[in-house]
Amino acid sequence: MVIVRDRRGEKRFALQWGGMPEPAPIHEHALSNLRYIREAMERASAFTSIPGWGGVVIGLTAVIAAFLAHDTATRSQWLRIWLAEAVVAAVIAAVTMVRKARLAHVSFSGAPARRFFISYFAPIVAGAALTVFLARAGFHEALPATWLLLYGASFVSSGAYSIPLVPVMGVCFMLLGIITGFVSFPVAAALLGAGFGGLHILFGVLIARRYGG
Amino acid sequence: MARPARKPVETPAPRREPVTTEFPDFDRLIHEKTRLAIVSALAVNPSLTFNEMKAILKTTDGNVSVHARKLEDAGYLLCKKSFEGRMPKTAYSLTASGKRAFEKYIGHMEALIRAVGGK
Repeated sequence: MVIVRDRRGEKRFALQWGGMPEPAPIHEHALSNLRYIREAMERASAFTSIPGWGGVVIGLTAVIAAFLAHDTATRSQWLRIWLAEAVVAAVIAAVTMVRKARLAHVSFSGAPARRFFISYFAPIVAGAALTVFLARAGFHEALPATWLLLYGASFVSSGAYSIPLVPVMGVCFMLLGIITGFVSFPVAAALLGAGFGGLHILFGVLIARRYGG
Repeated sequence: MARPARKPVETPAPRREPVTTEFPDFDRLIHEKTRLAIVSALAVNPSLTFNEMKAILKTTDGNVSVHARKLEDAGYLLCKKSFEGRMPKTAYSLTASGKRAFEKYIGHMEALIRAVGGK
């Protein structure tokens, strides 16, 4: 790094390599350094162990759950099937996430994972509580929209500490949740299956391809 | 008759801007890319293990070790070795001196942009 004088005789900081006629101005180098620092910080504060293939499997189980729930006689049976699917999906997510994190040497006790899970679980807990309240009031019609909206919100908020595809997935779930709130229950139930099934499969494949499994 | 040898035309040397060898005064230890990434990663995490650091930096064991050692020798990094079961575990964190050096380095870069870039 050297200081050169321009034609007006003013000092300018510059980087100069042997034989290169036009050294890069030092302020550009400083800008690139600050960019590098920001990228390193973002990389270090992101929880990247989002299981893509795990998402695909969750999507497939959700499609099965949607078909099973479609044939149920009562709303409480419909609810039981989806609650069972939630448990199955949580187990798949946990197993595939732990596996991916181990392979990448990512810790669950570190600050990035902690920030991710706090942001992720806040809307999920709200969704679980609302499920109890709405089911007890017999207001099952509101459940598909509530689940899609809060599940999407969990990805939008936790996505701030993860890979860029996560908040995009969250927004898609939320948009579907808004639409689901304005349709009849059979259509809402179908959209629920399309959301938990289709969006999980779509984003699962994208995440697996771009972020190593 | 042999033609007299032409006097070689003196071509003027390409005009070069006068260059001084003054170096801006900034921390060379942090300036190196891998060490800058180590310090940046630790600026947003209270502590990172060796494997986490390797995953963030996407580099080799040797590279992390060498650069972390240099930062440790300068007093910028604290290296804590322990055992997790039977596996050795190395955790890095920034010292107060390391935090100050990093803040100073960023301040220096920002000052350069303001002073030279005029933006």
